Amino acid sequence: MEHIDWSLVNWSRAQFALTALYHWIFVPLTLGLSFMLAIMETIYYKTGDDKWLKIEKFWLKLFGINFAIGVATGIILEFEFGTNWSNYSWFVGDIFGAPLAIEGIMAFFMESVFIAIMFFGWNKVSKKAHLISTWLVAIGSNLSALWILVANGWMQNPIGMKFNPDTMRNEMVDFWQVLFNPVAVNKFIHTITSAYTFSALFVIAVSAWLIIKGKDKVYAKYSMLLASVFGFLAILATIITGDGSAKQVARYQPMKLAAMEGLYKGTRGAPLIAIGKPSHKKDKDFINAIGDDLAGRNQTDVEIEGLEIPYGLSILAFNDPNAFVPGIKDLVEGNPKEGIPSYKERIASGKIAIEALAAYKKAKKAGNEEEAAKKLKIMEEHFKDFGYGYFYGQDINELIPPVTITFLSFHTMVILGTWFLVFFWLVYRSIMKNNIEKKKWLLILGVLGLPFGFMAQELGWITAEAGRMPWVIQDLMPTMVAVSHIETTGVMITFALFFIVFTALLIAEIKIMTTTIKNGFSN
Amino acid sequence: MFEKLSYENLQHYWWFIIAFLGGALVFLLFVQGGQTLLNKLAKTEDEKTVIINLFGHKWEITFTTLVTFGGAFFASFPLFYSTSFGGAYWVWMIILFAFIIQAVSYEYRKKKNNFLGSKTYETFLFINGIIAPVFLGVAVSTFFTGSPFSIDKARIANLNNNVKAVISQWESPWHGLEAIWTTENLAFLQNLALGLAVFFLVRVIALLYTKKMVDDQNILERANKCLKRNSVLFLIFFLFWIIRLMFIDGFAVNPDTREVFFQPHKYFNNLIESPILLIFLLIGIILVLWGIFNGIFKNDEKAFWKTGIGTMITVMGLFFLAAFNNTSYYPSTYDLQSSLTIANSSSSRFTLVVMSYVSLMVPFVVGYIIWAWKSMDSHKLSKEEVKNEEIKY
Repeated sequence: MEHIDWSLVNWSRAQFALTALYHWIFVPLTLGLSFMLAIMETIYYKTGDDKWLKIEKFWLKLFGINFAIGVATGIILEFEFGTNWSNYSWFVGDIFGAPLAIEGIMAFFMESVFIAIMFFGWNKVSKKAHLISTWLVAIGSNLSALWILVANGWMQNPIGMKFNPDTMRNEMVDFWQVLFNPVAVNKFIHTITSAYTFSALFVIAVSAWLIIKGKDKVYAKYSMLLASVFGFLAILATIITGDGSAKQVARYQPMKLAAMEGLYKGTRGAPLIAIGKPSHKKDKDFINAIGDDLAGRNQTDVEIEGLEIPYGLSILAFNDPNAFVPGIKDLVEGNPKEGIPSYKERIASGKIAIEALAAYKKAKKAGNEEEAAKKLKIMEEHFKDFGYGYFYGQDINELIPPVTITFLSFHTMVILGTWFLVFFWLVYRSIMKNNIEKKKWLLILGVLGLPFGFMAQELGWITAEAGRMPWVIQDLMPTMVAVSHIETTGVMITFALFFIVFTALLIAEIKIMTTTIKNGFSN
Repeated sequence: MFEKLSYENLQHYWWFIIAFLGGALVFLLFVQGGQTLLNKLAKTEDEKTVIINLFGHKWEITFTTLVTFGGAFFASFPLFYSTSFGGAYWVWMIILFAFIIQAVSYEYRKKKNNFLGSKTYETFLFINGIIAPVFLGVAVSTFFTGSPFSIDKARIANLNNNVKAVISQWESPWHGLEAIWTTENLAFLQNLALGLAVFFLVRVIALLYTKKMVDDQNILERANKCLKRNSVLFLIFFLFWIIRLMFIDGFAVNPDTREVFFQPHKYFNNLIESPILLIFLLIGIILVLWGIFNGIFKNDEKAFWKTGIGTMITVMGLFFLAAFNNTSYYPSTYDLQSSLTIANSSSSRFTLVVMSYVSLMVPFVVGYIIWAWKSMDSHKLSKEEVKNEEIKY
């Protein structure tokens, strides 16, 4: 691995990040609003109250505008695994492809077939069939989230598979382990409930804006009531599963946790940073400091400055105030006292695994079964470090994720999430007391909830994905090995095209959306 | 129950599913065909609304079929996914961009304050309508004419040399676009012919669908005129492609050594050696032609289904022709031994078993698609009816 084209790797990463972040602007609203539409239609179906039909049809219009661009930005993600990460597609396609296919067969068809009924079937099918269709759209879109998050969870915690040296890939051996991967289950619940939270923020923001403008107040208040209850329950579940996520990260991706907390040196009884910032302005400095440290030149500690909660991190990560939480330094240099091997050792071990695999292939070709079996055994013993082997001769800092981005994303997300809990409660109480019209400050906070919601959504993904760099598959395959070998300029061109096209479509979406909202419920 | 099948049977079963999805996709591309006919069929704004709503109620099913086709191919034949998508980068990117701009166009075209203007969204639909069938047709034709790539799975275990750890390597800087100008064995003629055949075929199916579903004299008259022209063009390109296919050398696989070699008239031989396949393919082609004939001369409303289902069967037949009977379905012209076969590119036995259980959902999915389709198509579309709809494109 002497000739790594970093510009190709980084442009490919940038393209995936760009398309994924754009896609995620629209997905959360689909996931949550679809259920809210189903609830609205159910109330209408049960009570026959036309008010709810009118309310539903308004939100349905906004749903449609959002859905179209969600579909447009989504198609590329599935295919990008092939176009830009072709080695990945072979190396783990035997496991990773299955959830993607199941997503198509089980979820996408349900979503797309019944969405046509939901929009255009009002006079073509019975009321009951229409209601069922609306529910099926919600179920379908959430099922698609399930399968794609199973796929993502597997990348973070690859289980249920075994490496096959003859086909040179990982192969599935236990489907249920892949599906019920604890990381996947938690990730699924955390992601969809956060999406419901976002949808509730959207409904409240639009309604608050209409109330400020003095338009359709009654409809807006009913929508707000539904959204505040829906949102409160959703954010509660998001916070609980967020805690679960932290524990899993501590267990399966300790480097990510260290980056999330900006924890340089590990300790027992580690405190949690409530609000703070890394003391070095740039990652480069942070990483340089670690580099210097490793070389034994400079023992400067790099720390996060901020408000600390004593023992917080140890409890958050391991439910034990005295648990040891490894820092970046412990993971890179190793900590024999805590039984943590250094990256140097892991790289050496990974190199043994990769070389044993090459030797196995050679022996097999020569028909030397005995030698092949010997090499295979060595490979399997060191397989847990397989991906580290590719870093032989590389800068060790490549194994450290971008700390500042991860730290700031994580903390901002947590602060916003905590605020949402309070916010939904305030809105609910105010609606019940029927005094929300007088509370202009709450209405303004309601409108601001939308950009805050976007931020929390995107930052969550940045924490999860930037924090696990350089791994596409944790400990087994780094980005530099997964990437397709195409010309960097090619990727730069498609990156620019995606940026231009998606931005143009986003502007169109926002313009159409705001125009439709201005017209209110009655139009 | 699937556990009892042999690995080879499972691989063939999955090739069947891929062929089924591929066939369904080409049939459903009639939505794209319709998009290219918008200005031919509609001369007034009201007529345009009819045509847009006619195809707009179906575009998501076509879109989803494409996505599922991709996902299923990934799950069952991942080496194809990594080789073709990562290699023929430009072809796939062009196809994907064409679908990206389609997805918003129906919804945004008539909306107030839509930033780009109605004309732009109509142009998006037109571009999608041309690129999707032509490029997908060309891509399928390379199943028979080959592409320049090499595969060496062992490269991933290569640490200390100048070779990149890349399993599949495309050996042309044009990344797939070379399919339309490769002169070797006149591959470009063959590839373009299938691209254009698919293009005119999906227009024909779109016209038959218009005849079936639209209640408007002016539109129908124009549809009849277009139908004749497009049918003739389809026949010219398709017959050229399939007749020439019978004469070219094919990529055969030696079942014992798994070595790939050129065999004269390979695809013709495949048909002779498996008469079932020959009959299957003929049924498909006859249905296509029967539908076209009835559409032109008899005003048969079921002509759409005849040609549509005939298209599905024909495309499935072509997928079988490309892969069964010891044939390489994705051959490499750069290094024959890198060619992909059903056997060397599939998922593991375990994954295929799991996925086979998943495939049991397909009839259920087809069932509710039929229900939804029938419910939505129970009335013909007319200007008045579309006008009275509260929610429309």
